[in-house]
Amino acid sequence: MSTPSDDVLLDIHRRMVRIRTFETEAGRMAEAGKIPGALHLYVGEEAVAAGVMVHLSNEDWITSTHRGHGHLIAKGGEFDRMFAELFGRATGYCRGKGGSMHISNMDLGMLGANGIVGAGPPIAVGAAFSTKYRKTDRVAVTFFGDGASNEGSFHEAANMAALYKLPVIFVCENNGYGEYTPQAKHQAIVDVADRASGYGMPGVVVDGMDAMAVYEAADAAIERARAGDGPTLLECKTYRFFDHVGVRGMGLTYRTDEELAEWQKRDPIHLFEARLAELGVLSKDDAVAIHEEVLAEVRAGIEFAEESPTPDPDTLLDDVYA
Amino acid sequence: MAEAEQRELTYVDAIIEGARTILLEQDNAFIAGEDVGGAGGVFGSYRGLLDEFGPERVVDTPISEEGIVGLGVGAAATGLRPVIDIMFMDFMGECMDEIANQMAKMRYMFGGSAKLPVTVVTMSGGGRNLAAQHSQSLEAWLCHLPGLKVVAPSTPYDAKGLLIAASRDDNPVFTVMNKMSLANRGAVPEESYEVPIGKANVVREGEDLTIITYSRMVSESLSAADALARDGVEAEVIDLRSLQPMDMDTVIESVAKTHRAVVVHEAVRFGGLGGEIASQIQELAFDELDAPVSRVGAPFSPVPFSAVLEQAYLPNADKIVAESRSLIGA
Ligand SMILES: Cc1ncc(C[n+]2csc(CCOP(=O)(O)OP(=O)(O)O)c2C)c(N)n1
Ligand SMILES: [Mg+2]
Repeated sequence: MSTPSDDVLLDIHRRMVRIRTFETEAGRMAEAGKIPGALHLYVGEEAVAAGVMVHLSNEDWITSTHRGHGHLIAKGGEFDRMFAELFGRATGYCRGKGGSMHISNMDLGMLGANGIVGAGPPIAVGAAFSTKYRKTDRVAVTFFGDGASNEGSFHEAANMAALYKLPVIFVCENNGYGEYTPQAKHQAIVDVADRASGYGMPGVVVDGMDAMAVYEAADAAIERARAGDGPTLLECKTYRFFDHVGVRGMGLTYRTDEELAEWQKRDPIHLFEARLAELGVLSKDDAVAIHEEVLAEVRAGIEFAEESPTPDPDTLLDDVYA
Repeated sequence: MAEAEQRELTYVDAIIEGARTILLEQDNAFIAGEDVGGAGGVFGSYRGLLDEFGPERVVDTPISEEGIVGLGVGAAATGLRPVIDIMFMDFMGECMDEIANQMAKMRYMFGGSAKLPVTVVTMSGGGRNLAAQHSQSLEAWLCHLPGLKVVAPSTPYDAKGLLIAASRDDNPVFTVMNKMSLANRGAVPEESYEVPIGKANVVREGEDLTIITYSRMVSESLSAADALARDGVEAEVIDLRSLQPMDMDTVIESVAKTHRAVVVHEAVRFGGLGGEIASQIQELAFDELDAPVSRVGAPFSPVPFSAVLEQAYLPNADKIVAESRSLIGA
């Protein structure tokens, strides 16, 4: 396994900061009534997207979830076009047709956020079939939640990926809840990774708050996929710091403030910054500078979105067919 | 008693009261679905029911729609009366085999020996910027399946009464609720009552044309009728309430009086129920018609996200007025 260079470490860090800052500001915009519809934010789970995506190029495919902004950002998504999409503007990645739940960018290898829980894994299997068919060494990574692991679609996809030895990495973002239902009330297992053995693939559990751990586990899984040895199920134990929808959600009391505070002590960005400081790769001041730089870029993205035109109603029927 | 009749509830509170009535009246009834228990339903449709009835009767399920609907089929066939919640109607894609090939057909395939008293509650409609996978009106899928009944309440009164009627029916019944109607208020009696399945409701009388509609488009049609009345055009508005079976007698009676009809639904026009209704009107009352039956529905595209596009997409009172005027030749 390769030890990440300083550049790679800084890259992972920057991807996490980009996600955190974008999501925090997107949450503010939603609360200010500027972003319509439903917004599922990724704050707290940044280490997963960053630790996986740093291994991928634009030719590798990912499928995402309803909680998809972080995946797109880590895959190279640009703030201005992302905010424009969230605001429903013509300049958005989906020309205002998709919004948060369907944000996508084919050029970046991002097959879309998805409003249907569990819809991603079968599509990733198709993308992996395609990369293998075309004899490239590209992989497909499918992100899905603990809740989604109870959909039949996940199970069918896992079986087919293993059967055909396809280059798929199943990344389960186990944040302990499917909406307002804790994991213990939606499945009788603790580790989603246990399900891998039923399909004939390795199942690995990693600390999803530790970007290094995710980086290393993803490295091994992707190597295995590229070598033609088939899929891996990588379960990342993580936590969302915001509510299921928006920042504060519907105000339900399905989890405790104490539990949230415990997880926040292991904030993936703080953990990683401490690690980088220890390694002498990133000083406190440098970290602050990066946060500020990214925040400025986020603000510019919001400005771009606000100044962008809304879609022309005449475009309503465009793109129903090719 | 007069006072009790005046009591108003929101549409969502009427759903809660209907569901609660079902659990109180029928020992074999239970509710199952994603987040229906602890969270009380993501729309609040089951708030308080877990506390009152416990986890055996208000069952939180995994995110497994095929499993949930299958649970309803199997439990209904063996003597229970399940109320199954499919949060958004769009998620029927996940469980369509259980709906179309199992629930709808089991009784027929078994030569009448099985009974499927299962109620499905689901939420349809756009207007909340929820984009293509959380805004659809897919009732035509269901109405095309022999063996299913389908109702679409437009008011709090109907939401409670049709839900109770659905649960007492020995057939599978889909109660297709509307997510834009949740906060609407209306009179709802406290006692248990049924709104009969298969009976339409004439919600406004008029002589000049008949607007045939259901669900959220009832209120849009009533607004349209008010606007038309200002020009001296009196529209009769029929709320179908029940889409399968459909009360064509009431429709035909009205068309025989007005000689003009427009069918209005939020669902995509092509292949929507409007085509069926228009066709039946011309089959049953061709000689009564002074003009072809016209239709208002959504254009042939997925529901867009952006508010500007979604507003352009959704049928509304203005579009109904425009269609009615051209029908009347005004
Ligand atoms: C097929 C389907 N069922 C239900 C939903 C409603 N829903 C949206 S997100 C969600 C929870 C998903 O939980 P999980 O997979 O753990 O992802 P998380 O939200 O925790 O990231 C549910 C039930 C949906 N969008 N699609
Ligand atoms: Mg989860």
